[in-house]
Amino acid sequence: MNPKKTSIVEVTIMYLFITITSIAIFYPLIWTIGMSFNQGMSLYSSSIIPENFSLDHYRWLFSVNSDYLLWYKNSLIVSVSVTVGSVIMTSLVAYAFSRYQFVGKKNALYIFLLLQMFPVMMAMVALYVFLNMIGMLDTLTGLIFVYLGGQIPFNAWLVKGYIDTIPRELDEAARIDGAGHLRVFWSIVLPLAKPILAVVGLFNFMMPLFDFLLPSIVLSSKENYTLAVGLFNFINDQFANNFTRFAAGSILVAVPVAAVYLYLQRYLISGLTAGGTKG
Amino acid sequence: MDNTLINKRANKHNPTIATVLSIVFAGLGQLYNRRFIKGIIFILLEVVILITLIDTLNYGLWGLRTLGTIPGEDHSIRLLVFGVLSLIGTVMLITLYVFNVIDARNQARQIKAGWLPKGFKASIISFYDHSFPYLMTFPGLLLMIFVVVFPLLFSVLLAFTNYSLYNSPPRSLVDWIGIGNFKELVTVPIWQDTFVSVLSWTVVWTIVATTLQIALGLILALMVNDPRIKFKKLIRTILILPWAVPAFVTILIFSAMFNDDFGAINRDIIIPLFGGDGIPWLSDPLYARTAVILIQTWLGFPFIFALFTGVLQSISRDWYEAADVDGGSRFQKFRFITFPHVMFATAPLLIMQYAQNFNNFNIIYLFNEGGPPVRGQNAGGTDILISWVYKLTFDTNNYAMAAAISLIMGLIISCFAFYQFRQTKSFKEEGEL
Repeated sequence: MNPKKTSIVEVTIMYLFITITSIAIFYPLIWTIGMSFNQGMSLYSSSIIPENFSLDHYRWLFSVNSDYLLWYKNSLIVSVSVTVGSVIMTSLVAYAFSRYQFVGKKNALYIFLLLQMFPVMMAMVALYVFLNMIGMLDTLTGLIFVYLGGQIPFNAWLVKGYIDTIPRELDEAARIDGAGHLRVFWSIVLPLAKPILAVVGLFNFMMPLFDFLLPSIVLSSKENYTLAVGLFNFINDQFANNFTRFAAGSILVAVPVAAVYLYLQRYLISGLTAGGTKG
Repeated sequence: MDNTLINKRANKHNPTIATVLSIVFAGLGQLYNRRFIKGIIFILLEVVILITLIDTLNYGLWGLRTLGTIPGEDHSIRLLVFGVLSLIGTVMLITLYVFNVIDARNQARQIKAGWLPKGFKASIISFYDHSFPYLMTFPGLLLMIFVVVFPLLFSVLLAFTNYSLYNSPPRSLVDWIGIGNFKELVTVPIWQDTFVSVLSWTVVWTIVATTLQIALGLILALMVNDPRIKFKKLIRTILILPWAVPAFVTILIFSAMFNDDFGAINRDIIIPLFGGDGIPWLSDPLYARTAVILIQTWLGFPFIFALFTGVLQSISRDWYEAADVDGGSRFQKFRFITFPHVMFATAPLLIMQYAQNFNNFNIIYLFNEGGPPVRGQNAGGTDILISWVYKLTFDTNNYAMAAAISLIMGLIISCFAFYQFRQTKSFKEEGEL
């Protein structure tokens, strides 16, 4: 075979591989969309191309019978609070760790590294007992606090890594002009750290939206559910019966989330590599 | 005051006296250093702490030691929570006390060296300067102590008790039993069997699933980066899609698609193509394991793909041109230029991927709740350590055993963390930590 033929064969193989992967990616997604437009409730009678196209499930989600909107609202409350809180708290911690020398700094950084690997799962019993003792079980506030505290080790590293790359000369110049600690933080570091703070904000917005484990343990009454717990209960009770409804409910959350991710993925990656590899 | 008088007093000033005084009672050393406001604040703080907190702390530590003595009245688990909190509180107070002693000593030394106290305003400013980083980190760290450090300590301690459904407060007291749980785990047959099979599957799962997703991500990134491939932007968007759709949703969708009886995989693919009755994806351990690995590959490769694509674009053309001049083959170029570059730039993130899959509770639990059940074991066929811990905690309420297994998991995780430490150190040499 001459080089040109080899090249054609190679390119064909590559396109073929990419096509197969794309089919594997689209199949479950399109299947779900198909399911959500089926009329019946059961998986058995449903097909990927609905025989009786209907919007019943979507209509049901917004009817008085369902708590869907309530769960949506709860999820948004949690996500927004965690986003705002985490950006403020993490940037303060990261700024101190990046720019100041203080007792215990190095050890604290190592502890952060270690802690970010431990899953929340391991702390579940303690959190449950503790939240119960201070009366925050089954409240969104309790959930928000756990998320806020839990995100610090990972995100503080991420943001610290990024702030380290901002030249110190800028701080010093501002200091000479008479700026205080907070002034330097607010007018110099924060504006320059915006990209990484956007990444932290986005992560902390998305994470509570689809976290299942923690809310399923902390929240027990239906009106406090977040989306993930609520949607899971659609199919957990009688699996086959409510799947189409679950599909409709999921699509309404997954589509905006996926759109935002696709739009911002470039920043996410660059943020992660900047913070992650600098370590 | 003239200079000679000050010098005389400075020379007579003795750091040891300041140290001893501040050990005896916080603030006395500062008074001796003639830092009156600071000294009075310290003394007041210690008095307040002695009056209000010492009983509480003492009770907490007593509870931690004994876990209660009167069944039905003392609630062991509350005592344990309270005890851990007291322990953290005590450590904080000791730190403060040590800080007070060091402060008195340093100041006394400075005075001896001829240091003159600044004015009130100047001291306030210097205090603000010194405490600024502590003030900034305090709220975050406090919250972290409560929701991360405290629960982890609690879990560690729980592993050495006999807290379970049959032995739980308020009915009965929980006791310290040393390493009893760990002994049971390796000697009692049912625990031993389950532990060995779950642990080995966890290791296989972590290695196979993560390596597959990294390999697929790498292959696709290399292909899409090939100059002969068109529509790069479109292809990249498609390939990133599984990352963009929330995993919670996709896992549940897959779980329905893999359903033995009416799932789309059996009904629309396996039976029409291969005939038969379909594959028992959810009820046969081997097939269920294959399915979760396939699903995790589907979920995990886009992130790796996006990561590698970024790195590939940053490798300088010069390297490849140099290789062309030396007559390097394409495989050699990959082996000696592309691969090392990609791996070096992303190693910490790849290690994190392994650690994440080791703890990947969501996929195991949401796919099949760890099932199918396996005879002679109290964990299911796809259960990894973390989902087993979940079941022990919330289904069978065997809290102490769950904590013991968590502790073992923690030790394994520490190995990952240790690797990250070394990575960090190698980076530290380039600049300041």
